[in-house]
Amino acid sequence: MAFHDLTIHESLDLMRHGELSSVELTQSVLERILTVDNDIQAYLTLAPEWVLDQARQADERRARGKDAPLLGVPLAIKDVICVEGLSCTCGSRILENFVPPYSATAVERLRAAGCVILGKTNTDEFAMGSSTENSAYFTTHNPWDLSRVPGGSSGGSAAAVAAGMALGALGTDTGGSIRQPASLCGVVGLKASYGRVSRYGLVAFASSLDQIGPLARSVRDVALLLGVIAGHDPRDSTSMPAAVPDYVGGLGSPDGLAGIRVGVPREYFIPGMQPEVAEAVRAAIEVMRGLGAHVREVSLPNTDYGLPVYYLIAPAEASANLARYDGVRYGLRVDGEAMWETYRQTRGAGFGSEVKRRIMLGTYALSAGYYDAYYLKAQQVRTLIKADFDAAFREVDVIACPASPTTAFKIGEKTGDPLQMYLSDVLTLPCNLAGICGISLPCGFDRNGLPIGLQILGPAFGEQTVLRAAHTYEQATEWHTSKPPIPIGGEPDEASLAETEESA
Amino acid sequence: MKLTLAQVEHIAELAKLSLSDEEKARYQEQLSAILEYAERLQAVDTSAIPPTATVLPLRSVVRADEPRESMSRDDVLANAPQVEAECFRVQAVLD
Repeated sequence: MAFHDLTIHESLDLMRHGELSSVELTQSVLERILTVDNDIQAYLTLAPEWVLDQARQADERRARGKDAPLLGVPLAIKDVICVEGLSCTCGSRILENFVPPYSATAVERLRAAGCVILGKTNTDEFAMGSSTENSAYFTTHNPWDLSRVPGGSSGGSAAAVAAGMALGALGTDTGGSIRQPASLCGVVGLKASYGRVSRYGLVAFASSLDQIGPLARSVRDVALLLGVIAGHDPRDSTSMPAAVPDYVGGLGSPDGLAGIRVGVPREYFIPGMQPEVAEAVRAAIEVMRGLGAHVREVSLPNTDYGLPVYYLIAPAEASANLARYDGVRYGLRVDGEAMWETYRQTRGAGFGSEVKRRIMLGTYALSAGYYDAYYLKAQQVRTLIKADFDAAFREVDVIACPASPTTAFKIGEKTGDPLQMYLSDVLTLPCNLAGICGISLPCGFDRNGLPIGLQILGPAFGEQTVLRAAHTYEQATEWHTSKPPIPIGGEPDEASLAETEESA
Repeated sequence: MKLTLAQVEHIAELAKLSLSDEEKARYQEQLSAILEYAERLQAVDTSAIPPTATVLPLRSVVRADEPRESMSRDDVLANAPQVEAECFRVQAVLD
Protein backbone atom coordinates (compact mmCIF):
# COMPACT_ATOMS: atom_id res chain seq x y z
CA MET A 1 0.00 0.00 0.00
CA ALA A 2 1.30 3.43 -0.86
CA PHE A 3 2.08 5.47 2.23
CA HIS A 4 -0.31 8.24 1.21
CA ASP A 5 -3.19 5.75 1.44
CA LEU A 6 -2.51 4.94 5.09
CA THR A 7 -4.87 6.09 7.79
CA ILE A 8 -3.40 8.36 10.47
CA HIS A 9 -3.44 5.49 12.97
CA GLU A 10 -1.73 3.09 10.57
CA SER A 11 0.97 5.65 9.83
CA LEU A 12 1.56 6.38 13.54
CA ASP A 13 1.87 2.65 14.19
CA LEU A 14 4.53 2.26 11.50
CA MET A 15 6.41 5.39 12.60
CA ARG A 16 6.35 4.31 16.24
CA HIS A 17 7.85 0.95 15.25
CA GLY A 18 10.56 2.61 13.20
CA GLU A 19 9.20 1.16 9.96
CA LEU A 20 8.40 4.50 8.39
CA SER A 21 9.75 8.01 8.76
CA SER A 22 7.73 11.19 8.54
CA VAL A 23 9.96 12.31 5.66
CA GLU A 24 9.11 9.15 3.68
CA LEU A 25 5.43 9.51 4.51
CA THR A 26 5.35 13.19 3.64
CA GLN A 27 7.34 12.60 0.43
CA SER A 28 4.76 10.03 -0.62
CA VAL A 29 1.94 12.51 -0.02
CA LEU A 30 3.79 15.29 -1.85
CA GLU A 31 4.37 13.03 -4.86
CA ARG A 32 0.71 12.15 -4.80
CA ILE A 33 -0.17 15.84 -4.82
CA LEU A 34 2.14 16.45 -7.77
CA THR A 35 0.58 13.52 -9.64
CA VAL A 36 -3.11 14.21 -9.14
CA ASP A 37 -3.67 17.77 -7.97
CA ASN A 38 -3.46 19.24 -11.48
CA ASP A 39 -6.72 17.41 -12.12
CA ILE A 40 -8.36 17.69 -8.71
CA GLN A 41 -7.14 21.17 -7.67
CA ALA A 42 -7.68 20.70 -3.96
CA TYR A 43 -4.80 22.94 -2.88
CA LEU A 44 -4.56 26.73 -3.03
CA THR A 45 -1.20 26.93 -1.28
CA LEU A 46 1.57 24.39 -0.84
CA ALA A 47 4.98 25.04 0.63
CA PRO A 48 7.02 21.92 -0.23
CA GLU A 49 10.30 23.04 1.42
CA TRP A 50 8.66 24.03 4.69
CA VAL A 51 6.69 20.79 4.62
CA LEU A 52 9.82 18.65 4.42
CA ASP A 53 11.48 20.74 7.16
CA GLN A 54 8.53 19.97 9.42
CA ALA A 55 8.79 16.26 8.54
CA ARG A 56 12.53 16.23 9.31
CA GLN A 57 11.89 17.95 12.65
CA ALA A 58 9.21 15.39 13.47
CA ASP A 59 11.65 12.54 12.78
CA GLU A 60 14.31 14.23 14.93
CA ARG A 61 11.81 14.71 17.75
CA ARG A 62 10.86 11.03 17.56
CA ALA A 63 14.54 10.02 17.49
CA ARG A 64 15.02 11.93 20.76
CA GLY A 65 12.32 9.76 22.29
CA LYS A 66 9.62 12.43 22.27
CA ASP A 67 6.35 11.01 20.92
CA ALA A 68 3.21 13.13 20.36
CA PRO A 69 -0.35 12.30 19.30
CA LEU A 70 0.12 13.31 15.64
CA LEU A 71 3.91 13.28 15.34
CA GLY A 72 4.93 13.35 11.69
CA VAL A 73 1.42 13.08 10.24
CA PRO A 74 0.80 15.26 7.13
CA LEU A 75 -2.44 17.24 7.30
CA ALA A 76 -4.16 19.90 5.18
CA ILE A 77 -5.86 23.04 6.47
CA LYS A 78 -8.88 24.75 4.87
CA ASP A 79 -7.99 28.20 3.64
CA VAL A 80 -10.30 30.06 6.06
CA ILE A 81 -8.20 28.93 9.03
CA CYS A 82 -5.07 30.96 9.80
CA VAL A 83 -1.64 29.35 9.70
CA GLU A 84 1.05 31.87 10.66
CA GLY A 85 3.25 32.82 7.73
CA LEU A 86 1.19 30.96 5.14
CA SER A 87 -1.19 32.67 2.71
CA CYS A 88 -4.84 32.75 3.84
CA THR A 89 -7.12 33.79 0.99
CA CYS A 90 -10.49 32.45 2.22
CA GLY A 91 -11.02 31.62 -1.46
CA SER A 92 -11.41 35.35 -2.12
CA ARG A 93 -9.64 38.02 -4.17
CA ILE A 94 -10.11 40.45 -1.31
CA LEU A 95 -7.53 38.50 0.73
CA GLU A 96 -5.33 37.38 -2.14
CA ASN A 97 -2.10 38.59 -0.53
CA PHE A 98 -3.04 38.23 3.12
CA VAL A 99 -0.55 36.41 5.33
CA PRO A 100 -1.73 35.89 8.92
CA PRO A 101 0.64 36.96 11.72
CA TYR A 102 -0.71 34.20 13.96
CA SER A 103 -2.09 30.68 13.78
CA ALA A 104 -5.55 29.53 14.81
CA THR A 105 -5.72 27.76 18.18
CA ALA A 106 -6.78 24.55 16.40
CA VAL A 107 -3.66 24.78 14.21
CA GLU A 108 -1.41 25.52 17.20
CA ARG A 109 -2.79 22.42 18.93
CA LEU A 110 -2.19 20.27 15.84
CA ARG A 111 1.39 21.57 15.60
CA ALA A 112 2.00 20.99 19.31
CA ALA A 113 0.86 17.41 18.63
CA GLY A 114 3.64 17.18 16.05
CA CYS A 115 1.80 17.16 12.72
CA VAL A 116 3.16 18.32 9.39
CA ILE A 117 1.07 21.07 7.78
CA LEU A 118 0.98 20.42 4.02
CA GLY A 119 -0.78 23.55 2.87
CA LYS A 120 -4.12 25.33 2.48
CA THR A 121 -7.06 23.79 0.71
CA ASN A 122 -9.61 25.33 -1.61
CA THR A 123 -12.92 26.61 -0.28
CA ASP A 124 -16.02 28.44 -1.42
CA GLU A 125 -15.32 32.13 -0.85
CA PHE A 126 -15.51 32.90 2.89
CA ALA A 127 -16.95 29.39 3.32
CA MET A 128 -20.17 30.42 1.57
CA GLY A 129 -21.27 27.62 -0.71
CA SER A 130 -21.99 23.93 -1.13
CA SER A 131 -19.75 22.99 -4.04
CA THR A 132 -16.43 24.91 -3.83
CA GLU A 133 -17.49 26.53 -7.13
CA ASN A 134 -17.62 29.90 -5.37
CA SER A 135 -13.87 29.97 -4.86
CA ALA A 136 -12.49 33.02 -6.66
CA TYR A 137 -9.52 30.94 -7.82
CA PHE A 138 -10.76 27.67 -9.32
CA THR A 139 -13.17 24.84 -8.67
CA THR A 140 -12.02 21.66 -7.00
CA HIS A 141 -12.98 18.42 -8.77
CA ASN A 142 -14.41 15.36 -7.06
CA PRO A 143 -11.76 12.58 -7.06
CA TRP A 144 -14.49 10.01 -7.77
CA ASP A 145 -15.56 11.81 -10.96
CA LEU A 146 -13.65 14.85 -12.12
CA SER A 147 -16.69 16.33 -13.88
CA ARG A 148 -18.44 16.66 -10.52
CA VAL A 149 -18.16 18.86 -7.49
CA PRO A 150 -16.53 17.71 -4.25
CA GLY A 151 -19.23 19.51 -2.28
CA GLY A 152 -18.54 22.56 -0.17
CA SER A 153 -17.47 24.68 1.32
CA SER A 154 -14.68 22.36 2.60
CA GLY A 155 -14.41 20.75 -0.85
CA GLY A 156 -10.65 21.13 -1.03
CA SER A 157 -10.10 19.38 2.31
CA ALA A 158 -12.54 16.57 1.48
CA ALA A 159 -11.04 15.98 -1.97
CA ALA A 160 -7.48 16.06 -0.59
CA VAL A 161 -8.28 13.40 2.00
CA ALA A 162 -10.25 11.24 -0.46
CA ALA A 163 -7.45 11.30 -3.02
CA GLY A 164 -4.58 10.53 -0.64
CA MET A 165 -3.24 14.09 -0.78
CA ALA A 166 -3.41 14.39 3.02
CA LEU A 167 -3.94 11.84 5.80
CA GLY A 168 -6.41 14.17 7.41
CA ALA A 169 -7.56 17.76 7.22
CA LEU A 170 -9.33 20.56 9.01
CA GLY A 171 -12.47 21.99 7.51
CA THR A 172 -15.20 24.27 8.82
CA ASP A 173 -18.94 23.73 9.07
CA THR A 174 -21.47 26.55 9.35
CA GLY A 175 -24.42 24.95 7.53
CA GLY A 176 -22.96 21.58 6.56
CA SER A 177 -19.64 22.49 5.01
CA ILE A 178 -17.73 19.55 6.50
CA ARG A 179 -20.46 16.91 6.46
CA GLN A 180 -21.79 17.49 2.94
CA PRO A 181 -18.38 17.40 1.17
CA ALA A 182 -17.37 14.41 3.33
CA SER A 183 -20.51 12.67 2.08
CA LEU A 184 -19.86 13.59 -1.57
CA CYS A 185 -16.20 12.54 -1.40
CA GLY A 186 -16.61 9.34 0.58
CA VAL A 187 -14.65 10.36 3.66
CA VAL A 188 -15.45 10.91 7.33
CA GLY A 189 -16.17 14.47 8.47
CA LEU A 190 -17.30 15.74 11.88
CA LYS A 191 -18.85 18.98 13.04
CA ALA A 192 -18.45 19.10 16.79
CA SER A 193 -20.92 20.90 19.03
CA TYR A 194 -20.83 24.68 18.94
CA GLY A 195 -18.25 25.78 21.51
CA ARG A 196 -16.31 22.48 21.44
CA VAL A 197 -13.47 23.72 19.22
CA SER A 198 -12.03 27.22 19.46
CA ARG A 199 -12.87 29.65 16.65
CA TYR A 200 -9.81 31.79 17.38
CA GLY A 201 -7.97 32.16 14.08
CA LEU A 202 -10.95 31.02 12.01
CA VAL A 203 -11.97 33.79 9.66
CA ALA A 204 -15.52 34.45 10.80
CA PHE A 205 -18.52 33.81 8.55
CA ALA A 206 -21.47 33.31 10.96
CA SER A 207 -20.32 33.63 14.55
CA SER A 208 -23.14 31.68 16.20
CA LEU A 209 -22.83 28.77 13.75
CA ASP A 210 -19.17 28.33 12.64
CA GLN A 211 -17.14 25.35 13.88
CA ILE A 212 -13.77 23.98 12.84
CA GLY A 213 -13.75 20.17 12.48
CA PRO A 214 -11.71 17.20 11.24
CA LEU A 215 -11.92 15.15 8.04
CA ALA A 216 -10.11 11.84 7.61
CA ARG A 217 -10.51 8.35 6.14
CA SER A 218 -11.66 6.63 9.33
CA VAL A 219 -13.79 7.47 12.35
CA ARG A 220 -10.87 6.59 14.62
CA ASP A 221 -8.70 9.17 12.84
CA VAL A 222 -11.44 11.81 13.15
CA ALA A 223 -11.76 11.01 16.87
CA LEU A 224 -8.00 11.48 17.29
CA LEU A 225 -7.98 14.82 15.48
CA LEU A 226 -10.97 16.04 17.48
CA GLY A 227 -9.26 15.13 20.75
CA VAL A 228 -6.28 17.26 19.77
CA ILE A 229 -8.15 20.40 18.68
CA ALA A 230 -11.08 20.37 21.13
CA GLY A 231 -11.15 22.15 24.46
CA HIS A 232 -11.62 25.51 26.10
CA ASP A 233 -9.68 28.46 24.73
CA PRO A 234 -9.59 31.71 26.72
CA ARG A 235 -9.02 33.55 23.42
CA ASP A 236 -12.49 32.52 22.17
CA SER A 237 -15.31 33.79 24.35
CA THR A 238 -17.69 31.30 22.72
CA SER A 239 -15.50 28.37 23.69
CA MET A 240 -17.10 26.12 26.32
CA PRO A 241 -15.10 25.28 29.45
CA ALA A 242 -15.99 21.59 29.16
CA ALA A 243 -13.57 18.70 29.64
CA VAL A 244 -12.39 16.79 26.57
CA PRO A 245 -13.04 13.04 26.92
CA ASP A 246 -10.79 10.35 25.42
CA TYR A 247 -12.65 10.13 22.11
CA VAL A 248 -10.44 7.36 20.69
CA GLY A 249 -10.50 5.31 23.88
CA GLY A 250 -14.28 5.43 24.00
CA LEU A 251 -14.85 4.15 20.47
CA GLY A 252 -15.07 0.42 20.83
CA SER A 253 -17.51 -1.68 22.73
CA PRO A 254 -17.76 -5.47 22.92
CA ASP A 255 -21.54 -5.07 22.81
CA GLY A 256 -21.67 -3.37 19.41
CA LEU A 257 -24.54 -0.91 19.47
CA ALA A 258 -26.55 -2.74 22.13
CA GLY A 259 -28.42 -0.25 24.23
CA ILE A 260 -28.00 2.63 21.78
CA ARG A 261 -31.30 4.19 20.74
CA VAL A 262 -31.22 5.44 17.14
CA GLY A 263 -33.86 7.87 15.93
CA VAL A 264 -34.78 8.10 12.24
CA PRO A 265 -36.38 11.47 11.45
CA ARG A 266 -39.16 11.11 8.92
CA GLU A 267 -38.70 14.69 7.74
CA TYR A 268 -35.16 13.92 6.52
CA PHE A 269 -36.29 11.48 3.81
CA ILE A 270 -37.57 14.21 1.57
CA PRO A 271 -39.56 13.70 -1.61
CA GLY A 272 -37.28 14.47 -4.53
CA MET A 273 -34.15 13.18 -2.85
CA GLN A 274 -32.09 10.69 -4.88
CA PRO A 275 -33.71 7.26 -4.24
CA GLU A 276 -30.34 5.48 -4.03
CA VAL A 277 -29.32 7.82 -1.20
CA ALA A 278 -32.46 7.04 0.79
CA GLU A 279 -31.97 3.30 0.16
CA ALA A 280 -28.31 3.27 1.19
CA VAL A 281 -29.01 5.21 4.37
CA ARG A 282 -31.95 3.00 5.31
CA ALA A 283 -29.77 -0.06 4.68
CA ALA A 284 -27.10 1.45 6.95
CA ILE A 285 -29.69 1.95 9.67
CA GLU A 286 -30.64 -1.73 9.32
CA VAL A 287 -26.98 -2.63 9.81
CA MET A 288 -27.06 -0.57 13.01
CA ARG A 289 -30.16 -2.47 14.11
CA GLY A 290 -28.30 -5.71 13.41
CA LEU A 291 -25.49 -4.49 15.67
CA GLY A 292 -27.95 -4.20 18.53
CA ALA A 293 -29.29 -0.65 18.21
CA HIS A 294 -32.92 0.10 19.08
CA VAL A 295 -34.18 1.91 16.00
CA ARG A 296 -37.34 4.01 16.02
CA GLU A 297 -38.84 6.78 14.00
CA VAL A 298 -38.74 10.27 15.43
CA SER A 299 -40.15 13.56 14.24
CA LEU A 300 -38.38 16.91 13.93
CA PRO A 301 -41.45 18.89 12.88
CA ASN A 302 -39.74 22.23 12.19
CA THR A 303 -37.14 20.76 9.80
CA ASP A 304 -38.68 22.47 6.77
CA TYR A 305 -38.03 25.88 8.30
CA GLY A 306 -34.30 25.19 8.67
CA LEU A 307 -33.38 26.53 5.26
CA PRO A 308 -35.16 29.90 5.46
CA VAL A 309 -34.01 30.34 9.06
CA TYR A 310 -30.40 29.64 8.10
CA TYR A 311 -30.51 31.88 5.03
CA LEU A 312 -31.56 34.80 7.19
CA ILE A 313 -29.33 34.24 10.24
CA ALA A 314 -26.11 33.21 8.50
CA PRO A 315 -26.10 36.08 5.97
CA ALA A 316 -27.06 38.54 8.73
CA GLU A 317 -24.07 37.47 10.81
CA ALA A 318 -21.89 37.42 7.70
CA SER A 319 -22.86 40.97 6.78
CA ALA A 320 -21.47 42.06 10.15
CA ASN A 321 -18.37 39.85 10.00
CA LEU A 322 -17.41 40.92 6.49
CA ALA A 323 -17.74 44.63 7.22
CA ARG A 324 -14.06 44.61 8.20
CA TYR A 325 -12.90 44.14 4.60
CA ASP A 326 -12.50 47.77 3.68
CA GLY A 327 -8.93 47.91 2.39
CA VAL A 328 -7.57 49.67 5.49
CA ARG A 329 -5.75 47.13 7.63
CA TYR A 330 -5.36 44.22 5.21
CA GLY A 331 -6.50 42.90 1.89
CA LEU A 332 -7.31 44.41 -1.46
CA ARG A 333 -7.69 48.17 -1.73
CA VAL A 334 -9.22 49.90 -4.74
CA ASP A 335 -8.94 53.66 -4.33
CA GLY A 336 -11.95 55.90 -4.81
CA GLU A 337 -12.11 59.67 -4.59
CA ALA A 338 -12.90 59.60 -0.90
CA MET A 339 -13.22 57.12 1.97
CA TRP A 340 -16.69 55.73 1.33
CA GLU A 341 -16.06 55.36 -2.38
CA THR A 342 -12.85 53.46 -1.60
CA TYR A 343 -14.87 51.07 0.54
CA ARG A 344 -17.51 50.61 -2.17
CA GLN A 345 -14.94 50.01 -4.92
CA THR A 346 -12.77 47.72 -2.79
CA ARG A 347 -15.66 45.55 -1.69
CA GLY A 348 -17.36 45.60 -5.08
CA ALA A 349 -14.18 44.41 -6.76
CA GLY A 350 -12.93 42.07 -4.05
CA PHE A 351 -16.03 40.03 -3.24
CA GLY A 352 -17.56 37.41 -5.53
CA SER A 353 -21.26 37.24 -6.33
CA GLU A 354 -22.34 34.68 -3.71
CA VAL A 355 -20.63 36.70 -0.98
CA LYS A 356 -22.25 39.93 -2.21
CA ARG A 357 -25.61 38.19 -2.39
CA ARG A 358 -25.36 37.02 1.22
CA ILE A 359 -24.06 40.33 2.52
CA MET A 360 -27.03 42.05 0.91
CA LEU A 361 -29.51 39.48 2.22
CA GLY A 362 -28.10 39.88 5.70
CA THR A 363 -27.99 43.65 5.54
CA TYR A 364 -31.65 43.72 4.50
CA ALA A 365 -32.70 41.27 7.22
CA LEU A 366 -31.05 43.44 9.86
CA SER A 367 -32.11 46.82 8.52
CA ALA A 368 -34.55 49.20 10.17
CA GLY A 369 -38.12 48.19 9.47
CA TYR A 370 -37.22 44.61 8.52
CA TYR A 371 -35.29 43.34 11.55
CA ASP A 372 -38.40 42.05 13.36
CA ALA A 373 -39.98 40.35 10.37
CA TYR A 374 -36.81 38.63 9.23
CA TYR A 375 -33.88 38.34 11.63
CA LEU A 376 -35.83 38.25 14.89
CA LYS A 377 -38.42 35.90 13.41
CA ALA A 378 -35.68 33.57 12.19
CA GLN A 379 -34.06 33.52 15.66
CA GLN A 380 -37.41 32.62 17.18
CA VAL A 381 -37.97 29.74 14.76
CA ARG A 382 -34.39 28.71 15.51
CA THR A 383 -35.49 28.17 19.12
CA LEU A 384 -38.18 25.78 17.85
CA ILE A 385 -35.68 23.86 15.70
CA LYS A 386 -33.39 23.45 18.68
CA ALA A 387 -36.35 22.38 20.83
CA ASP A 388 -37.18 19.63 18.28
CA PHE A 389 -33.71 18.13 18.80
CA ASP A 390 -33.87 18.52 22.59
CA ALA A 391 -37.16 16.61 22.61
CA ALA A 392 -35.85 13.90 20.27
CA PHE A 393 -32.72 13.36 22.35
CA ARG A 394 -34.88 12.66 25.39
CA GLU A 395 -36.15 9.60 23.45
CA VAL A 396 -33.05 8.54 21.49
CA ASP A 397 -29.27 8.75 21.87
CA VAL A 398 -28.41 9.56 18.25
CA ILE A 399 -30.24 10.44 15.06
CA ALA A 400 -29.38 8.68 11.77
CA CYS A 401 -30.22 10.23 8.43
CA PRO A 402 -28.71 11.16 5.05
CA ALA A 403 -26.11 13.94 4.90
CA SER A 404 -27.03 15.16 1.43
CA PRO A 405 -30.18 14.72 -0.69
CA THR A 406 -28.01 13.70 -3.65
CA THR A 407 -24.60 12.34 -4.52
CA ALA A 408 -22.06 14.67 -6.17
CA PHE A 409 -23.67 16.83 -8.85
CA LYS A 410 -22.02 18.04 -12.03
CA ILE A 411 -19.86 21.16 -11.99
CA GLY A 412 -22.05 24.02 -13.19
CA GLU A 413 -25.30 22.15 -12.59
CA LYS A 414 -26.57 24.29 -9.72
CA THR A 415 -24.70 27.56 -10.20
CA GLY A 416 -27.52 29.22 -12.15
CA ASP A 417 -30.00 29.30 -9.29
CA PRO A 418 -28.80 30.18 -5.76
CA LEU A 419 -31.84 28.56 -4.11
CA GLN A 420 -31.13 25.24 -5.87
CA MET A 421 -27.63 25.28 -4.44
CA TYR A 422 -28.93 26.18 -0.95
CA LEU A 423 -31.18 23.10 -1.02
CA SER A 424 -28.05 20.87 -0.92
CA ASP A 425 -27.74 21.73 2.75
CA VAL A 426 -31.30 21.11 4.00
CA LEU A 427 -30.20 18.00 5.89
CA THR A 428 -27.15 19.56 7.52
CA LEU A 429 -28.28 23.10 8.44
CA PRO A 430 -30.56 22.27 11.39
CA CYS A 431 -27.63 20.75 13.29
CA ASN A 432 -25.74 24.06 13.13
CA LEU A 433 -28.79 26.07 14.14
CA ALA A 434 -29.24 23.88 17.20
CA GLY A 435 -25.52 23.81 18.00
CA ILE A 436 -25.46 20.01 18.25
CA CYS A 437 -22.84 17.66 16.80
CA GLY A 438 -22.91 15.54 13.65
CA ILE A 439 -20.73 13.25 11.57
CA SER A 440 -20.92 11.98 8.00
CA LEU A 441 -19.31 8.70 7.00
CA PRO A 442 -19.42 6.46 3.91
CA CYS A 443 -22.37 4.06 3.63
CA GLY A 444 -22.47 3.13 -0.03
CA PHE A 445 -22.29 4.22 -3.65
CA ASP A 446 -24.83 5.07 -6.31
CA ARG A 447 -24.98 3.43 -9.76
CA ASN A 448 -22.38 5.91 -11.03
CA GLY A 449 -19.95 4.89 -8.30
CA LEU A 450 -20.45 8.13 -6.37
CA PRO A 451 -20.20 8.03 -2.56
CA ILE A 452 -23.22 8.24 -0.26
CA GLY A 453 -22.87 9.51 3.30
CA LEU A 454 -24.65 8.43 6.48
CA GLN A 455 -25.13 11.30 8.90
CA ILE A 456 -25.26 10.64 12.64
CA LEU A 457 -26.33 13.52 14.87
CA GLY A 458 -25.91 13.70 18.61
CA PRO A 459 -26.84 16.10 21.41
CA ALA A 460 -24.59 19.02 22.31
CA PHE A 461 -21.30 17.68 23.72
CA GLY A 462 -22.40 14.15 22.84
CA GLU A 463 -19.52 13.53 20.40
CA GLN A 464 -18.48 10.42 22.32
CA THR A 465 -21.75 8.63 21.53
CA VAL A 466 -21.82 9.81 17.91
CA LEU A 467 -18.24 8.63 17.34
CA ARG A 468 -18.91 5.28 18.99
CA ALA A 469 -22.02 4.68 16.85
CA ALA A 470 -20.18 5.76 13.70
CA HIS A 471 -17.11 3.65 14.45
CA THR A 472 -19.14 0.54 15.22
CA TYR A 473 -21.09 0.89 11.97
CA GLU A 474 -17.93 1.62 9.99
CA GLN A 475 -16.09 -1.42 11.30
CA ALA A 476 -19.02 -3.67 10.42
CA THR A 477 -18.90 -2.58 6.77
CA GLU A 478 -16.38 -2.18 3.94
CA TRP A 479 -17.37 1.20 2.50
CA HIS A 480 -14.51 3.08 4.11
CA THR A 481 -11.90 0.89 2.38
CA SER A 482 -12.87 2.01 -1.12
CA LYS A 483 -10.68 4.53 -2.87
CA PRO A 484 -11.40 6.72 -5.86
CA PRO A 485 -10.24 5.18 -9.18
CA ILE A 486 -6.98 7.12 -9.59
CA PRO A 487 -4.17 7.64 -10.76
CA ILE A 488 -5.56 10.26 -13.02
CA GLY A 489 -3.54 12.74 -14.99
CA GLY A 490 -0.70 10.31 -15.65
CA GLU A 491 2.88 11.08 -14.66
CA PRO A 492 3.90 13.39 -11.83
CA ASP A 493 5.22 16.79 -12.80
CA GLU A 494 8.93 15.92 -13.27
CA ALA A 495 10.40 19.35 -12.56
CA SER A 496 8.56 19.81 -9.28
CA LEU A 497 9.40 16.26 -8.18
CA ALA A 498 13.10 16.89 -8.75
CA GLU A 499 12.90 20.06 -6.64
CA THR A 500 11.27 18.08 -3.86
CA GLU A 501 13.90 15.36 -3.96
CA GLU A 502 16.75 17.88 -3.81
CA SER A 503 15.45 19.48 -0.66
CA ALA A 504 14.87 16.12 1.05
CA MET B 1 -41.61 39.80 -1.79
CA LYS B 2 -40.32 41.71 -4.79
CA LEU B 3 -37.58 44.21 -4.04
CA THR B 4 -37.51 47.44 -5.99
CA LEU B 5 -34.35 48.67 -7.63
CA ALA B 6 -34.27 51.52 -5.13
CA GLN B 7 -34.30 49.03 -2.28
CA VAL B 8 -31.44 47.06 -3.84
CA GLU B 9 -29.44 50.27 -4.20
CA HIS B 10 -30.20 51.22 -0.61
CA ILE B 11 -28.99 47.83 0.67
CA ALA B 12 -25.87 48.05 -1.48
CA GLU B 13 -25.17 51.46 0.00
CA LEU B 14 -25.62 50.24 3.60
CA ALA B 15 -23.19 47.42 2.82
CA LYS B 16 -20.83 49.70 0.88
CA LEU B 17 -20.85 47.52 -2.20
CA SER B 18 -20.35 49.04 -5.61
CA LEU B 19 -22.55 47.18 -8.11
CA SER B 20 -22.92 47.37 -11.88
CA ASP B 21 -26.39 47.84 -13.39
CA GLU B 22 -26.33 44.20 -14.47
CA GLU B 23 -25.48 43.11 -10.93
CA LYS B 24 -28.26 45.26 -9.47
CA ALA B 25 -30.83 43.68 -11.77
CA ARG B 26 -29.55 40.18 -11.10
CA TYR B 27 -29.48 40.58 -7.33
CA GLN B 28 -32.91 42.22 -7.40
CA GLU B 29 -34.31 39.02 -8.88
CA GLN B 30 -32.29 36.57 -6.81
CA LEU B 31 -32.78 38.33 -3.49
CA SER B 32 -36.51 38.65 -4.15
CA ALA B 33 -36.75 34.90 -4.79
CA ILE B 34 -34.85 34.06 -1.59
CA LEU B 35 -36.90 36.48 0.50
CA GLU B 36 -40.07 35.08 -1.06
CA TYR B 37 -38.96 31.62 0.09
CA ALA B 38 -38.25 33.01 3.57
CA GLU B 39 -41.82 34.32 3.82
CA ARG B 40 -42.91 30.82 4.87
CA LEU B 41 -41.57 31.62 8.33
CA GLN B 42 -44.50 33.98 8.82
CA ALA B 43 -46.74 30.91 9.10
CA VAL B 44 -45.00 29.85 12.31
CA ASP B 45 -46.56 31.02 15.58
CA THR B 46 -43.65 32.48 17.52
CA SER B 47 -45.65 34.79 19.76
CA ALA B 48 -44.42 33.13 22.94
CA ILE B 49 -41.02 32.00 21.68
CA PRO B 50 -37.77 33.72 22.73
CA PRO B 51 -35.11 34.21 20.03
CA THR B 52 -31.91 32.11 20.10
CA ALA B 53 -28.93 34.36 19.53
CA THR B 54 -26.51 31.74 20.83
CA VAL B 55 -26.99 28.11 21.84
CA LEU B 56 -24.48 28.38 24.69
CA PRO B 57 -25.28 29.30 28.31
CA LEU B 58 -22.20 31.57 28.41
CA ARG B 59 -22.76 35.28 28.96
CA SER B 60 -20.35 38.19 29.31
CA VAL B 61 -17.17 36.15 29.17
CA VAL B 62 -14.32 38.41 30.24
CA ARG B 63 -10.68 38.02 31.16
CA ALA B 64 -8.85 39.49 34.12
CA ASP B 65 -7.95 43.14 33.58
CA GLU B 66 -4.20 42.49 33.44
CA PRO B 67 -2.05 44.39 30.97
CA ARG B 68 0.00 42.34 28.54
CA GLU B 69 1.95 42.58 25.29
CA SER B 70 -0.06 43.42 22.23
CA MET B 71 0.85 42.37 18.68
CA SER B 72 4.04 43.99 17.40
CA ARG B 73 3.63 47.03 15.21
CA ASP B 74 5.43 45.30 12.36
CA ASP B 75 2.97 42.41 12.43
CA VAL B 76 0.02 44.77 12.67
CA LEU B 77 1.14 46.75 9.61
CA ALA B 78 2.50 43.83 7.58
CA ASN B 79 -0.67 43.30 5.53
CA ALA B 80 -1.71 46.93 5.22
CA PRO B 81 -2.23 48.21 1.67
CA GLN B 82 -0.99 51.70 2.56
CA VAL B 83 1.32 52.56 5.44
CA GLU B 84 2.77 55.95 6.41
CA ALA B 85 4.65 57.01 9.52
CA GLU B 86 4.00 53.62 11.08
CA CYS B 87 0.25 54.11 10.71
CA PHE B 88 -2.49 52.84 8.42
CA ARG B 89 -2.86 55.47 5.71
CA VAL B 90 -6.52 56.31 5.13
CA GLN B 91 -8.48 59.01 3.38
CA ALA B 92 -10.16 61.78 5.36
CA VAL B 93 -12.95 60.49 7.56
CA LEU B 94 -14.45 63.88 8.38
CA ASP B 95 -15.04 66.66 5.89
